[in-house]
Amino acid sequence: MNSVTFASASRISSKSTDLPRATSQMRASRLAGAIAAYLGLGVALVIVGIPTYWVIIGALKTNREIYTVPSTWWPPNPAWSNFPAAWAAAPFTRMYLNSIAVTFVSTTLKLVNATFCAYAFAYLQIPGRNLIFMFILGALMIPEEVTVLPNYLTVASLGYVNSITGLILPTIGSAFGTFFLRQHFLSLPREVIEAARVDGAGHLQILWHVVLPLSRPVLATLILLTAVARWNDFLWPLVVTSKDTMRTLPVGIFFLFTQEGTTEWGVVLAGTIIVIAPIIALFIVVQRHLVEGIASGAVKG
Amino acid sequence: MQSIRVPRPTTVASPSATPAWSRDLIIFIAFIAPNVVTLCVFSYWPMIRNLWLSFTYWDMIAPEPLWIGLDNWVEVLTSATFWTVLRNTLVFTVGSVGITIMISLALSLLLNQKRVGRNVVRAAMFAPAILPGSAIALVWTFLLAPYYGLISQAATGLGMPMTRWQNDPVWAMPTVILVVIWKTTGYDAVIFLAGLQGIPRELYEAARVDGANAWQRFVNVTIPGLSPVAFFLTVTSILSSFQAFDVIRVMTGGGPVFATTTLIYQVYSEAFVGFNAGRAATYATILFGLMLAITVVQIRMVEKRVTYE
Repeated sequence: MNSVTFASASRISSKSTDLPRATSQMRASRLAGAIAAYLGLGVALVIVGIPTYWVIIGALKTNREIYTVPSTWWPPNPAWSNFPAAWAAAPFTRMYLNSIAVTFVSTTLKLVNATFCAYAFAYLQIPGRNLIFMFILGALMIPEEVTVLPNYLTVASLGYVNSITGLILPTIGSAFGTFFLRQHFLSLPREVIEAARVDGAGHLQILWHVVLPLSRPVLATLILLTAVARWNDFLWPLVVTSKDTMRTLPVGIFFLFTQEGTTEWGVVLAGTIIVIAPIIALFIVVQRHLVEGIASGAVKG
Repeated sequence: MQSIRVPRPTTVASPSATPAWSRDLIIFIAFIAPNVVTLCVFSYWPMIRNLWLSFTYWDMIAPEPLWIGLDNWVEVLTSATFWTVLRNTLVFTVGSVGITIMISLALSLLLNQKRVGRNVVRAAMFAPAILPGSAIALVWTFLLAPYYGLISQAATGLGMPMTRWQNDPVWAMPTVILVVIWKTTGYDAVIFLAGLQGIPRELYEAARVDGANAWQRFVNVTIPGLSPVAFFLTVTSILSSFQAFDVIRVMTGGGPVFATTTLIYQVYSEAFVGFNAGRAATYATILFGLMLAITVVQIRMVEKRVTYE
């Protein structure tokens, strides 16, 4: 603190003597700051942009162009045929349907679990509920990755290997979502819920007509987070499926790569774009909400 | 569990005086049961089963696992493989988390300034975080391909010898770390950015009035203000780097030899490549223990900070 007060004293004295020089100096340093900032932002954009661009034009190159050094930055005659070739090399239609089904059902069930559970812990006064809540929170400490072998054994013994049910089943329990929603439910005005209760509304009615409408932004964030995680899931779908037709997209493009290898890069890159493009499109739509939702959730939590 | 049972009549003063909460009990059970059952079956039971399997030998074909006591534990803990894998996990975690945190902090400071186009940069940097790791691993495999890959061409142009990045025992780990950094930096930067915007403006004004220059404001206002966010990010990144699997599976398959085999990768390869359930369960239990230890340290530190405040 001493140095700061000293600095302020010296600043005041210098201010009184040579004011014009100080402002021109300030202007120069502000300009330098702006240049540095735009340079930094530019570098960041290049680091993300170049790989993206390279993959897009790579998917439009013929084999001969891909393996020619030095590479061209623009394909002279775009090989659109890579896309149909990729679609034919792996069952993309089926993999899309698998990914959509798994993401949709798993996210829905997880959210239903989280919502009911969070409501119970926020609004139902049952002795010992804190103990059960701790039990649910404890599951937060058990990552999916550690449970992959026993869950495989469980799902296999139920006969669900290579099935949508098998892909979904272990993912529908919710520890984080329960915690996240309960925190939010507790922040809602109690008078509104009390008023609904006095009016004779049951718990299901309160949940549906009062609590959920007041929770839309939080629910949207949770849905997005859950859906993104499910869509990108790799380890569990890799383990629980062995048939081409049961794979989800992230696993599917990996097998497209192991099958086409480094000899058909155009096809593999086209396949990668087929997987990535819809996520990017969706991201552009929900970008602001997603980024801000994640940020606020992280900083508050 | 006892406390949620309906009290026996002997403990109640008069038979008609059922407590108010007993009305809600059935609905409470109905609301939480599906979630509690799922978590029991797919989270808690697997941990018990891992522990139990770690005392057995089982190829998952024989009808029953064979009890072998502590053999797996002795074998794993005395094997060179385990220590290599543990070292890889630490190198991977420290490398990816440390560098990501530093770059993303710098990036968030840039994004926090009112500059033209910052929202575009923010969105572009964030995008890799929501893409499948396997797709990103493929993108980078293409960029790093020997001879015709863009990065290999650039490296040769700069006079470096031709390197097979992912298949080189020395370069494989830094390569995987780099890809993970590329994927996660934007996400961390967005969270830092939220932290920055949460620091009260008055603190900066006060520092400015006291004559603090930009660097002094950064050290005395920004850094302390960001420390809770930095702590949160560090812990969650460490835990998620312990679970990083897709990038390694696609780019290196844990190799060459064991150069990029981390604990989670070893669990996978023992179970689903080597079909040794007992040993996979032993590694899984060790991995769980490590993650639990980190979580406990985190909770301790958070508690300390709360009481301090």
